Amino acid sequence: MNPSIIRIGFLRGALEIKQFFRQRESVVFTLLFPIMLLFIFGSVFTDTIAPGVTFSQYFVAGMIASGLVNTGFQQLAIMIPVERDFGTLKRLRGTPMSPVSYFIGKAILVTVSTAIQVAILILVGRLFFGLILPTTSERWIRFAILIVLGSICATILGIAFSAVPKSGRGASAVVSPVVIILQFISGVFFVFSQLPTWMQQIAAVFPLKWLTQGMRSVFLPDSFAMREPAQSWEFNRTLIILLIWTLIGTFFAIRSFKWSEK
Amino acid sequence: MSAISVTGLTKSYPDKVLGKKMAVDGLDLEVAHGEIFAILGPNGAGKTTTVEILEGYRQRDGGAVTVLGQDPGAISKSDRAWRSRIGIVLQSTHDAADLTVRESVSHFSHYYPNPRDPQEVIAAVGLLEKAEAKVGTLSGGQRRRLDVALGIIGRPEILFLDEPTTGFDPEARRSFWDLIRELKKSGTTILLTTHYLDEAEALADRVAVITNGRIVEVATPATLGGRNTAKARITWIEEGSYQELESDDPTGEVMRLSQRFNGEIPELTVTRPTLEDIYLKMIGHS
Repeated sequence: MNPSIIRIGFLRGALEIKQFFRQRESVVFTLLFPIMLLFIFGSVFTDTIAPGVTFSQYFVAGMIASGLVNTGFQQLAIMIPVERDFGTLKRLRGTPMSPVSYFIGKAILVTVSTAIQVAILILVGRLFFGLILPTTSERWIRFAILIVLGSICATILGIAFSAVPKSGRGASAVVSPVVIILQFISGVFFVFSQLPTWMQQIAAVFPLKWLTQGMRSVFLPDSFAMREPAQSWEFNRTLIILLIWTLIGTFFAIRSFKWSEK
Repeated sequence: MSAISVTGLTKSYPDKVLGKKMAVDGLDLEVAHGEIFAILGPNGAGKTTTVEILEGYRQRDGGAVTVLGQDPGAISKSDRAWRSRIGIVLQSTHDAADLTVRESVSHFSHYYPNPRDPQEVIAAVGLLEKAEAKVGTLSGGQRRRLDVALGIIGRPEILFLDEPTTGFDPEARRSFWDLIRELKKSGTTILLTTHYLDEAEALADRVAVITNGRIVEVATPATLGGRNTAKARITWIEEGSYQELESDDPTGEVMRLSQRFNGEIPELTVTRPTLEDIYLKMIGHS
């Protein structure tokens, strides 16, 4: 009998986390970079953007949303091509380890790094920028749904996109601009309603815009919903769009995942 | 039944000039259980392609292949039983730099139903002193021994070794050979590709020479290319000058020379062609 796929998946998860914390770059890039951004933006823009809403409050909501994209999409879409280059994937393909175990391991890595990043953002936001936390259970449930669905979506899209970079060395240069441009047009660094309409429309095709909007529905007062493009939080539409992207990602992840270069 | 059986194997790759290039062109191979079988051949001869087809990494174009009774090309990704019975040491890897040797070996042991003890495997490949070292800090030879450790941790019935000792110093190579002989003693079938003829000679029960995707000859290292029956070369010094002759009867020649010199023949050597001489002739670089 071969050992269970799930058990090996968890062992892989533990190994992935161990490796994550031993790589100084990944810890700095994934965990400290968002905090630095929060300090810079939080210190520069001290205005209130609507009655009772500070820019920091707005920005933290957006940073949590883009945190899911960083730890899920960006991390995996860069890491997997590197593993392909280094022969990790080819070696694993030659063992009885099931590919499912490999992806369980990656999902665990994303879950843990996301949880840490979100916790740090909330903590720093609370301590230094007067972040107001949601008070109703309904908002916390919405928060949990967004984190889980958003992470799954970002993870699967990261796995799917890992087939795009031709080499591990070039992966960062291919993946990072995609993420940064999405952050600019999806209402992370700027207030979404102040962006040109055409830019808003482009952003609305991609999941990050919906994640940031969803996070605003968690962290901002309901009165702010009037300022969203549809004058509402559109929570159900957000879930549908994330699901559609998850399905698209799954299709391409299965179709185009590459275990070795050739 | 053979451990590995290959008949009429073909594989081509797209080629910009020729349209397609035959990497493997009608190759036949039988490897018995418990045998160390070496594949020799120049770069681009089709060694790695052949081995990767046997390992289930590549699909073939034609021919029949069985490894441990199953067709590697028909093994689905979810069939883990067959993969548990083979061990693979790839050509070069740079992975898991942040893990220690022990962590890597222990982790891989969990993939297999009946693994060897990680501690014993680390000792067997001579990495006990480096067990707690990060993989990224190992030398090339140590790294390669870790690759072997990961290849044998699952107690494979067949071990594939693709140019395992490239970059080893002579001492590391000797101790690696001992390790391979130990594996053979425990009943493991070993398929080895190598550039090093001394390695094939030291380890292999039989060798196959491949050029242009075809087998030129399969034989024991001692008989390859008629080496055992080839003429011996006798050299000596006579009246201050170098003499040499080739003979089917070297013992008789030496005796006749000895009579002529009335005893000791100055600077006598008797040599048969080395495996390298035979090999170079076979691949057309004599």
